[in-house]
Amino acid sequence: MTDNKLINLINISKAYGETVVLDDLNLYIRENEFLTLLGPSGCGKTTTLRIIGGFETPDQGKVIFEGKDISKLAPNERQLNTVFQKYALFNHMTIAENIAFGLKIKKKSKNYINDKIKYALKLVNLEGFENRMPDSLSGGQQQRIAIARAIVNEPKVLLLDEPLGALDLKLRQDMQYELIRLKNELGITFIYVTHDQEEALTMSDTIVVMNQGYIQQVGTPEDIYNEPKNAFVADFIGDSNIIASTMVEDKVVNILGTNFPCVDTGFGKNKPVDIVIRPEDIDLVKPEEGIITGRVTSLIFKGVHYEMEVMANGHAWLVHSTDLFPVGDEVGIKVDPFDIQIMHKPTSEDEEAVELEE
Amino acid sequence: MNVPLNVKNRLQQKRKKDHDRTLKIGKSNNIKLLSFPYIIWMAGFIIIPLFMILYYGLTNKNKHITLENITLISNPINQKALLLALELALISTVICLLLAYPLALILRKSHKRNNSFIVLIMILPMWMNFLLRTIAWQNILEKTGVLNNILSLLNLPTLNIINTPTAIVLGMVYNFLPFMVLPIYNVLVKIDKDVINAARDLGANGWQTFAKIILPLSIPGVISGITMVFVPALTTFVISTILGGSKIVLIGNVIEQQFRLGNWHTGSGLSLVLMVFILLSMAILSKYDKESEGSHIW
Ligand SMILES: Nc1ncnc2c1ncn2[C@@H]1O[C@H](COP(=O)(O)OP(=O)(O)OP(=O)(O)O)[C@@H](O)[C@H]1O
Ligand SMILES: [Mg+2]
Repeated sequence: MTDNKLINLINISKAYGETVVLDDLNLYIRENEFLTLLGPSGCGKTTTLRIIGGFETPDQGKVIFEGKDISKLAPNERQLNTVFQKYALFNHMTIAENIAFGLKIKKKSKNYINDKIKYALKLVNLEGFENRMPDSLSGGQQQRIAIARAIVNEPKVLLLDEPLGALDLKLRQDMQYELIRLKNELGITFIYVTHDQEEALTMSDTIVVMNQGYIQQVGTPEDIYNEPKNAFVADFIGDSNIIASTMVEDKVVNILGTNFPCVDTGFGKNKPVDIVIRPEDIDLVKPEEGIITGRVTSLIFKGVHYEMEVMANGHAWLVHSTDLFPVGDEVGIKVDPFDIQIMHKPTSEDEEAVELEE
Repeated sequence: MNVPLNVKNRLQQKRKKDHDRTLKIGKSNNIKLLSFPYIIWMAGFIIIPLFMILYYGLTNKNKHITLENITLISNPINQKALLLALELALISTVICLLLAYPLALILRKSHKRNNSFIVLIMILPMWMNFLLRTIAWQNILEKTGVLNNILSLLNLPTLNIINTPTAIVLGMVYNFLPFMVLPIYNVLVKIDKDVINAARDLGANGWQTFAKIILPLSIPGVISGITMVFVPALTTFVISTILGGSKIVLIGNVIEQQFRLGNWHTGSGLSLVLMVFILLSMAILSKYDKESEGSHIW
């Protein structure tokens, strides 16, 4: 990844009739980056991707590609290729003809095309499928053909719209690795859309968390997971304890009536904030060793760990731990200062709109 | 690329699909039960009449088996009627196709909301009696009809269309156009928007997308439409009687006349010849597309 801004979206707005889908969106994608647009259904991920691909025109704003404004170019004039959510293979053509489609349009030689077909099928592990018809392939195979069809054109950027959405868990995980391998082998930029936070965390260099057409946070998977900027991001990325609290002073936060030491500064004195504590960051200890005490109210075995709910200070704390504490036990809750993530409360109306209903 | 292998593959897949389909239907007893009235209907109104035509066509008044009813087609009058019918049906089908395809494309592109309205307008005339519609055209095209009245009001030369092949073609196109538009429109709306987007994405311009994606994917609808226009156009005797006058005789008219005169044997024999032509044309069509919707209908 370099710092070169390959694609730059500037002040993009898009509305369908009354519904505003994107409002003044700004985002840049660097060369060779694996960037993921992550957000709940209907938040505008596909619309963003379509604007980059040229299938939708923004009402306002510009799409800059390598320094040039491509907002008004048709899809066939843009140096990027798309893998569509529902594959969109050409069912009246064989697999080989599907893959060759873009190359034939560009009038490449027969030899070149045949080599490319072989190469692409090998890349997606479907050698020998040349003469099959798309509807004789499984969903996962069709998906890989859709990817092969896009990459033979050697695009600078590959747009992928929930490409693994229709696959079962096992196949999805396999394909995640294959996609990462592909990207490394090809050395191109991926813009990836998903609403699956795990997928986003596994695959991306950069995650863009969106909600209702607004970008909530842009950052590396670690940033997004460990330092969510607001309650929405914290809640969307994995299980967490999100609690409205008060910042008493620098490095002290009052959670549910008890002061906890933390590491954040600069929020001011007695300011309302949201805090997030990941369930695996809560230590359950003997009652006398905890900062607060509570009682275990539920216990579920999750395979890797136990998931427990602890009622303490009137809040049900979600805890992941490899140690087992039976239901009804009195336990102490301890949190390391750096595991408490402090977030600003939403202030403006825009932000309010994206706050969680809990 | 190995073309013959490729075609073979497709055929095999198609055959397998058909096989699966029959298996599925065979297994379900409920479906059998439900289709019972339909089977009686088929037997009573399709199969038995077909055999009767076959019987009459291949026998004479003394119930002796003969081919003389069939060979009557070589009679110059009958031959001329058959050739003219084929010609006019072909012309009408081509005109219908040329009118219907762009219309179906426009319908596909236009907003879904307006669509039902346009389709309604297309279908509305079909709610009127077929005879009435054709007689209305007679009134319009007559020497002193509506069209010529308007033309003479505008001081333009009047047209002599009635009782010409042109009038018959006009009547056929008018009556059968919806049967071309609807099947084509049906396949066009089923094409996923993203399939077209994908073609554009891969570098195809509008024309290439049409030629390589939209047109091939719409062939089943086109074939269905062609069958649904060509067959009734080839066999019609009503349109030619009303708009063609007594001088233009199509094969349909000949057959109708024979039945009217009580010559069931001759009428049936000529019908059999016509049937062969229809089957032949459908065989040619289905060669172009194995999965044509037409072959499901007929
Ligand atoms: N062609 C359209 N006409 C009207 N509204 C649309 C259209 N396309 C999208 N929308 C609306 O825009 C909003 C965002 O849609 P978009 O497809 O970008 O969501 P998404 O984030 O991709 O969601 P999902 O995860 O469900 O695919 C939705 O509220 C949707 O209803
Ligand atoms: Mg989407």
